[in-house]
Amino acid sequence: MKHTIQQVFHSGKFLVGFVIFMALLLIVIGYPLVIKYPPLQIIGKGTFFPPGIYVNTFDSINAPTTYTLMLDDAAAKRIANKLSNDDRLAMKEWLVSDGIPDTQIDTSDIVSLLDLWQKNYDSNQNLPGMTNAKRNYYVRVNASLQGILSTEGYAIAAQNPQTGALEQTGTVNQSDYVNISNVANVRVLLLGTDNFGRDVLTELVKAAGVSLQIGLVAGIIATLIGLTLGLLGGYIGGFVDDIIMFITNIFTVIPSIVLLILISFSIGQEKRGAVTIAIVIGFTSWVWTARAVRSQVVSLRNRDHVNLSKLSGHSIVHIIIADILPYIASYVVMAFILQISSGILAEAGLSILGLGPRTTDVPTLGLMMNWAMIYQAEILGKWWAYFPVIVTIALITFSMNLMNTGLDQVFNPALRD
Amino acid sequence: MSRVILEVKELTTKYITRFGEDVYAVDHVSLKVEEGKSVGIAGESGCGKSTLALSLMGYYFAPLHYTSGEIIVDGHNIIGMDPDEVRRSILGTEISYIPQCAMDSLNPTLKIINFVEDVIKAHHSDISRKEIYDLARERFEILGLPAEVLQKYPVELSGGMKQRTVIAISVILLPLVLVADEPSSALDVTSQKMVIKMLRDLMEKGYIKAMIFITHELPLLYNVTDDIMVMYAGQMVEKGTAKQAVFDPLHPYSKGLMGSIIVPEKGLRGTKLSAIPGVPPNLKNPPGGCRFAERCPYVISECKTHSIDLRVVEDDRSYRCIFSEEELRKAYKNG
Amino acid sequence: MADENTPCLSGSGLTKVFGFGSQKCVAVDHVDFTFCNGEIVSIVGESGSGKTTLAKMLLGLISVTEGEIYFQGKKRDISTQKKKQEYWKNIQAIFQDPFSSYNIFSKIDAVLLDCIRMRGGGRLPRAKKVELMKEACSFVNLKFEELTNKYPFELSGGQMQRLMIARIFLLKPKILLADEPTSMIDACCRATILDMLMQLRKETGMTLIFITHDIGLAYYVSDSVYIMEHGKFVESGSADDVILHSKEAYTRRLISDVPKIHEVWDLSTV
Repeated sequence: MKHTIQQVFHSGKFLVGFVIFMALLLIVIGYPLVIKYPPLQIIGKGTFFPPGIYVNTFDSINAPTTYTLMLDDAAAKRIANKLSNDDRLAMKEWLVSDGIPDTQIDTSDIVSLLDLWQKNYDSNQNLPGMTNAKRNYYVRVNASLQGILSTEGYAIAAQNPQTGALEQTGTVNQSDYVNISNVANVRVLLLGTDNFGRDVLTELVKAAGVSLQIGLVAGIIATLIGLTLGLLGGYIGGFVDDIIMFITNIFTVIPSIVLLILISFSIGQEKRGAVTIAIVIGFTSWVWTARAVRSQVVSLRNRDHVNLSKLSGHSIVHIIIADILPYIASYVVMAFILQISSGILAEAGLSILGLGPRTTDVPTLGLMMNWAMIYQAEILGKWWAYFPVIVTIALITFSMNLMNTGLDQVFNPALRD
Repeated sequence: MSRVILEVKELTTKYITRFGEDVYAVDHVSLKVEEGKSVGIAGESGCGKSTLALSLMGYYFAPLHYTSGEIIVDGHNIIGMDPDEVRRSILGTEISYIPQCAMDSLNPTLKIINFVEDVIKAHHSDISRKEIYDLARERFEILGLPAEVLQKYPVELSGGMKQRTVIAISVILLPLVLVADEPSSALDVTSQKMVIKMLRDLMEKGYIKAMIFITHELPLLYNVTDDIMVMYAGQMVEKGTAKQAVFDPLHPYSKGLMGSIIVPEKGLRGTKLSAIPGVPPNLKNPPGGCRFAERCPYVISECKTHSIDLRVVEDDRSYRCIFSEEELRKAYKNG
Repeated sequence: MADENTPCLSGSGLTKVFGFGSQKCVAVDHVDFTFCNGEIVSIVGESGSGKTTLAKMLLGLISVTEGEIYFQGKKRDISTQKKKQEYWKNIQAIFQDPFSSYNIFSKIDAVLLDCIRMRGGGRLPRAKKVELMKEACSFVNLKFEELTNKYPFELSGGQMQRLMIARIFLLKPKILLADEPTSMIDACCRATILDMLMQLRKETGMTLIFITHDIGLAYYVSDSVYIMEHGKFVESGSADDVILHSKEAYTRRLISDVPKIHEVWDLSTV
């Protein structure tokens, strides 16, 4: 036994899969202990906030200490932020069609560009081939350039509670900086928010945990059913085997996804919790395990050691547990891993169709995909709402399959490279 | 003085285990096979006879490593030759090797003719498929195998037929020496007889010039080979003609072996079989003196402390024991 | 010692058919036999002759399609699990492949303790059990101290087969059925196994039934020999009669196919 475990951990593939899986498990368990935000809490007013660090501007202005930093490139960065590259190219285009030679215009040198622009731009001038929309665009660009080069700060004013008039309470200079740790409210949204305005990362971690649980429950149920039916049918044979095979064949012929959909639908929205779905998945996906176990048992029951066991007077139960089960144990472990993995995928599939667990309770990976799909995240280009979910599902199933292949190599020496 | 086809001088090869230990499976073994002769190698499992057969090929895969000695095939030493050179010019054309359970390792998805093509093309890449087919058919028919076999898949053939096909394929390029490792042990007696007949035919008709036959079944060796060499724990303990080895063995181990032969012949019912108690020594740490000392009924204290060299009795007869010929014969007579 | 010449195990019209319809396979075809107490019997046949199927029927491991088996003169009744367990106190087996005869997850001690339990010694004190195991091991030239706490696959093939014999020593059945006990053992170790089986028989007087394809072995050890071909007994009688003065062509062919050393082995009859 110890030797087997040593061998298992020597297998490269198993180790890689195991490490990935353990890392995911650690994140799923550890993250909520550190970050205690409720996963389904709507924090964003609006949809699909992009990933980033969100700094509260009110708190920045009211930060206890303001620092003055004289940085050379601050002004240029400010201007560059306001004037996107597209705008600058458009300005260059206008200037070129106005007659300024190309070589004189440098879009990377904003100061000289602005200089040229201010000298030459005339909103009334109609350049050949310019549409109305384009002309309005240039007007807008010109307007936004007002004051771009000024170095004045802003005034902060608040409403006097008694008079209602705006009174200046302070100023914000262009060279004022605050230390981010002094800002009261900073929220890091590594994966932004989803369509409802929920923190995607926290949601994702919780969803991964729930999906793993569903996979585990479904896997245990499916493996137990498959193992029992396979053992009984394979070893006892005869009439018992015929009945079990009959049931198995029915479940084989009806595609499990259809069964899942039908059962899910008939349970009704109200009763569909995560565990219920897991049970349903477990009860419909045991077929492959049962058949595999049965065929292994059929080949084992005629072995010499089983015959010898019979001759030693052992009962059927003892023979099944002591002489057959250990020989298929490795197989069952591998089947179990695959069942977990397929359980997670089945739940994802169901949820995408809208037949998964209730949406108000807990998020699952499939549900997150569902929301992303319904709210057209992929069309809008909001990759953070669906791409991390896909990666997570892929990592979970990949790591499990890798562990499975590694185990296969350990238990079946013929496959070792 | 006939031509010596294969000569092995003090060949020593070892296995290096996963933990870096050396196991000398073949320990300073020498043998000589002349043209037209065959040598049988007998011994229990683990004595190194299969390793010896593998070592004769001249190139080694880990964990098998060559340590010392020479293998001279038809005059040239093949030790130290480039493995590719060995594969091209020695294997199949000078020495052909049939490993144990060869018939079970035929690719079930290919026809027999594909295996023949494989062998021939590896050495003569310019022969056409039709020429290969004609050659194969001719050779197979001479050896008593019907031509239809060429178009069959291995699963369609019985055990005996498969083994004979494997032998026919190994000698298709008419090698000088055929090394056969337990060619008939997995077969029933009738198929075994056919295989033995085929091997004898190969020798008698001159398709191969020499043969090394490895088995633990002594009656087979007696009926097939001219000389018999007995191996124990990696060393050669006795060598002589088949008749001498079976009816007049000198080394106590050979005596024990020959005493355990069971044949359905008159008068043998109820004769006491000699059983050799104990197990062979662990070759990771072979004992200092005679390796058979632990199990030998004639052991004396010097056996365990002195290293025993080979004693040469006649030209082709030798044995490895501390006692002289007369002492041993006297001991055997007294029981 | 049991009485000689009283039938221990006999059968009449014993048949086993596998499958039905066009794929019917008659493995054992209406065989009759009588084995007497203390006799050594060999059933000789090539692979596919049905001898293993016959052995399994005699052991009660597979069902009988037609015919009757008589144990100690009475019709054998193994309809319930309890009756089967009673029957198996009297008949045991040794199989061909020592490597697959053991459960690789149980230690050697468990194998031997099982036998002690089967003989009703389940409640004996530990010391007594160890003594019994030591005695059994020394009978087969194995040291119990070296075997204890090891797994069966850590032994060599010959040692495992000897352990099987130690098991029989503990069980002391009336009948021992040995299915090709030496075919996977080297020629050099065969004598040891046969020796031990003979010794066991001498001490306990049990009936030995050898199933083998090796007619030389059959001739050497048995009192009577049955030759089996395609499920039928084609010849039977005392060992000398069957082998030295065989009447059937099949028997003679089998004998001529075995290599000889004292007589000339005629290869031309292939």
